[in-house]
Amino acid sequence: MRYAMVIDTKKCVGCSDCVVACQTENKVPIGYARDWVVEVTDGTYPHLQMEIRSERCNQCGNAPCVRCCPTGSSHYSAGGIVLVRPRRCIGCGACITSCPYDARFPHPRGYVDKCTFCDHRIKEGNRPACVEVCPTKCMYFGNLDDPASEVSKLLRQRRYKTLIPEAGTKPHLYFLT
Amino acid sequence: MREELIISGRMNPMIDPQLNIWHWHIPLYLFLGGLAAGILFFAALYTIQGKEKLYPAAVKRAPFITPFILVIGLLALLLDLNNKPYFWQLYTTLRLESPMSWGAWTLMVVTPISFIWCALNIREIFPSFDWKYGWLKWLESFFTKYKIAMSWVLLIFSVILGIYTGILFSAFNARPLWNTSILGPLFLASGLSTGAACIMLVSRSHAERIMFSKIDIVLIGIELFLITHMFMGFLASTQVQIDAAGLFLGGPYTAVFWVLVVFIGMILPAILEVLEINRFRVPVLIPGLLVLFGGLMFRFVIAYAGQASRWLY
Repeated sequence: MRYAMVIDTKKCVGCSDCVVACQTENKVPIGYARDWVVEVTDGTYPHLQMEIRSERCNQCGNAPCVRCCPTGSSHYSAGGIVLVRPRRCIGCGACITSCPYDARFPHPRGYVDKCTFCDHRIKEGNRPACVEVCPTKCMYFGNLDDPASEVSKLLRQRRYKTLIPEAGTKPHLYFLT
Repeated sequence: MREELIISGRMNPMIDPQLNIWHWHIPLYLFLGGLAAGILFFAALYTIQGKEKLYPAAVKRAPFITPFILVIGLLALLLDLNNKPYFWQLYTTLRLESPMSWGAWTLMVVTPISFIWCALNIREIFPSFDWKYGWLKWLESFFTKYKIAMSWVLLIFSVILGIYTGILFSAFNARPLWNTSILGPLFLASGLSTGAACIMLVSRSHAERIMFSKIDIVLIGIELFLITHMFMGFLASTQVQIDAAGLFLGGPYTAVFWVLVVFIGMILPAILEVLEINRFRVPVLIPGLLVLFGGLMFRFVIAYAGQASRWLY
């Protein structure tokens, strides 16, 4: 099983509902964020092109944060989700420095925190909070190893990209373009 | 012309400053660790070669500083942690993939040896020192008997410690400036150079100072060679590494790197050391302190510039 998130940049309007849903669901302390929205404007006026992306931890298949963690606190969980064991985390910051996506932050309680793909919701058969609330339904979540899953179908049908694949991280966040 | 404008919607100014996660602690620790590695390397080397009488400062006097600087370095590391009460988790695993893990274990080997080394040479500073208790005297004679074996362990682990201070950075492929394996040998050379400078500062014999001036000149030469190679490698690499080199070639860290690190910390002390070898009277304090200052600035510049370098997407 390999969990992945597919996000349709053509449908996303950048409303940040996913951000608010995550902060509510996961009780993210005020001033921090596990997910965020990036707006990229490309080109020279008046020939512009815009892309809006809802970003979060890429749950990399070859995660630099897991590699750099000196205590084994960062680890691969079921379905390839990268998680932090708070009680093993010493807060050294190696994982924060090692992440090319800047997806991690030090939680005020001392350990390092990040997106978990809402693994507590997945266990109960629900989708992650951000996917659940998206008003334009531009976010999809599922198992990449299952060829019949919605995410697998979308990646067969549509053009997509991942973020900095050249960093060798094998990200599991796909953006339909 | 193509312009790119990125508007981050993280919508909270508290996050991005937090990503510059490493502040003064890490570069200070890397400097002190490299310095201790340098001093202990020369102490072990000349003990193995049986040159204790020839280089008393290197073998006996200078190592007295190392327990203190290692402890200060470890305290800086502890202060850097966000989850301080859990620091002991470092010593519940050994993860070879993570330089921070095996670096922590290397320190666990080097720090006790540095304390033992001082205890064995305590009469160098306090000639009438007495251990008082029988078991302490027994320990002293025990370690004296195995001094050469201990020196070999120290020689190997001081090199690992010196290299580790650089590898710690180069393991992060998210920071293109650090992601070059040349940082390992470069930090080792810099650590040995600061160690030699420290030995020069505490030495009382002119011959020993001249010897370590010569060693230091060679080490500074190696550093300059490795720095040149580092930039050649960056400029021949991918765009992110070209941009990383640009931080020092016209970017915000240009002046501080070339003036404070390369000129004041390497070239100037090397010139002064050449003058000293050629019988000009140069107060040893000047090149010695310049090398130490350069070593410290080098760590600070690399630590901060590295966190400013990143992949763009």
